[in-house]
Amino acid sequence: MPFALRRRQFLAALPALASLPRMARAEAPELTFDQLYGGYSALGLTFSDKVKLLDGQSVRIRGFMAPPLKAEAQFFVLTRVPMALCPFCSTDADWPDNIVVVYLEHRQTFVQPNRTIEVTGRLEHGSWVDPDTGFVSQLRLRDASFGLV
Amino acid sequence: MRALFLSLAATTILAGIAQAEPAIMPLDRATILAGSPFDFKIELDQVHAAADVAVTVNGQPYASVFGKPAEFVAEEKGKDGKVLGSALIARGLSIAKPGDYTVAVTAGTETKSVTWTVYGTPAVPTAKNVIFLLGDGLSVAHRTAARIMSKGMHDGKADGRLAMDDLDHMAFIGTSSTHSIATDSANTMSAYMTGHKSRVNALGVYADRTPSSLDDPKVETIAEALRRTTKKSVGIVSTAEIEDATPAAVVSHTRKRADKAEIVGMIYDVKPEVVLGGGSAYFLKSGIPGSKRKDDKDYISLFRDAGYTVATTATELKAADGSNSGKILGLFHTGNMDTKLDRSFLKTGTVDKFPDQPGLVDMTQTALDQLSKNPDGFFLMVEGASIDKMSHPMDWDRAVIETIEFDQAVGVAKDFARTHPDTLIVVAGDHTHGVSLIGTIDDDKPGTEMRDKVGVYDDAGYPNYTDADHDGYPDKIDVSRRLAIFSSNFPDYYETFRPKMDGPFEPAVKTETGDYVANEAYKDVPGAVLRVGNLPKSADTAVHAVDDVVLQATGPGSDEFKGYMEQSDVYRVLADAFALGAAQK
Repeated sequence: MPFALRRRQFLAALPALASLPRMARAEAPELTFDQLYGGYSALGLTFSDKVKLLDGQSVRIRGFMAPPLKAEAQFFVLTRVPMALCPFCSTDADWPDNIVVVYLEHRQTFVQPNRTIEVTGRLEHGSWVDPDTGFVSQLRLRDASFGLV
Repeated sequence: MRALFLSLAATTILAGIAQAEPAIMPLDRATILAGSPFDFKIELDQVHAAADVAVTVNGQPYASVFGKPAEFVAEEKGKDGKVLGSALIARGLSIAKPGDYTVAVTAGTETKSVTWTVYGTPAVPTAKNVIFLLGDGLSVAHRTAARIMSKGMHDGKADGRLAMDDLDHMAFIGTSSTHSIATDSANTMSAYMTGHKSRVNALGVYADRTPSSLDDPKVETIAEALRRTTKKSVGIVSTAEIEDATPAAVVSHTRKRADKAEIVGMIYDVKPEVVLGGGSAYFLKSGIPGSKRKDDKDYISLFRDAGYTVATTATELKAADGSNSGKILGLFHTGNMDTKLDRSFLKTGTVDKFPDQPGLVDMTQTALDQLSKNPDGFFLMVEGASIDKMSHPMDWDRAVIETIEFDQAVGVAKDFARTHPDTLIVVAGDHTHGVSLIGTIDDDKPGTEMRDKVGVYDDAGYPNYTDADHDGYPDKIDVSRRLAIFSSNFPDYYETFRPKMDGPFEPAVKTETGDYVANEAYKDVPGAVLRVGNLPKSADTAVHAVDDVVLQATGPGSDEFKGYMEQSDVYRVLADAFALGAAQK
């Protein structure tokens, strides 16, 4: 498939992203999944210095989009690798420790799980319970948008 | 076509006439340990007045036999508020006298009767200790592959024997669940640990129709029976989250194995003296990064306050083993522990984050050291969890290495029994996988496609694994002529014909429509080919097989294992060995 055609379809599918200023996305510092936590123990994880430093600021993170909890959910889960199991659906599966919950500024279309995406949003750390679903998260991106890499 | 139409019409007519039957729990043909508490429930299909519901036991009014009346629920409601019918519930009944008990209910036009068998046990135990080693998903192919990989083979004869190869009594075990021929690790282990079959995802309960997962009719677990009748210690060891289905079945009651936060509370209620495994996320109060609880219960502190030594690394476990507290809570990972291949050889998975995890062999040894201090004896359950967890994604190299590790834990148990001959050892899978060893894969065979390199029949020859350090594990997993193992069932995935050196295999990923598609991360592995799945697209990984499990045992009481047995019958052998029908405290 010619690149131009794919690009047009992509833009059509993601109107919110198309309207996003390109500069703002490029300027946000990048955070990787390996940089989220500074220490791991069975007694708990500790946030990395980088996460504490960037809290409240706009950051970019690359990862994979897990299938949404429900179509109308206001958030989705970003994972380091594509999720082989769906913890929302299976009674036996569970989320990995290092997930990031993404709250979108505008609705965007679900991206196939085999595709890497880059999400830009305001970083927030610390335990928080989603009021609609009860989903507990430690790391969030607020007012976020994403695009394919 | 005409025949099909006629038979469909006949079915429809029959369904129209058939009267929906009430459900009585425990179900027909249930076997119940004399004196053990259980919940009794009748679910009627329609709404009735209490006075219109008549229940007898062996022809007598039920309350006189059970010793108390049941609570009448005029209208049970479903999730959507729909009325399901009336119900009768009596909790914590027990029947002291062995024999057959026929329970009959009549309500309007609804009738149903079931017969339970209440069994006693010898008055005197034959075994002081029971070590129950459970290889999750352990199938025949796992054992054969582990024997060849670990011990080698030439001239058609194995060069050595697995520890489990010399257990002298055995039985084929039927694993099916109460609503399906197929099965999962919850209802299967629950059958072993309670003597009652149950439904997929259920632990220590019969599955009822109400939406709550915590109100289903309970049956007694072995840990509860031991607390009720003996002064023995209880130990639970697993490489999974300790609140995962298999270890949970030793103590838990829930319709839904995913109730992990509640299951941790159930472990705490029973307080097994030794609890070793992964899954600390559900012990940490919410707010702590890594916690998966939604409340402020801090089970680490609660266990500490109850006198437990808490260990979070192999080093701390070794120190705890030397302590005299007699109670150890060892949690070595927030989730499932890494596999032996990742932990000890490849350093992949999450080993960089949790670098000092003990193995199943060390955990088993520590548990035996601690539990054997009790002069009254113990029950220890040891689970090799990732035989199953690596068989689902068809990561056969990891699954076989897990089987070798599990077998070495069986060796530790056998060593213990050598000096403690009053110990019954049981080794079994909980269910099987559709896995077979069919030959070898030889990189040096001619051909461009990887399938050309699959050696079958005479061409398979022998694999070229080596074990120079004699640790029982191959020095290298990615040898040039390796075992060819395949699954009978699979989602769409890329078959690479090679060990997964970068971390456990994830064959398929989910789309937004709920379908699973092949994980493209493996698309570009040299020689990888797409295999279009033969499972529904909703299946995330390979599934459990319905095939029988092989159970093996040795020690006092093990001669009761023979022929074909229902999984729930295994509990009766344990109950006989411990004489759980007779109070000993």
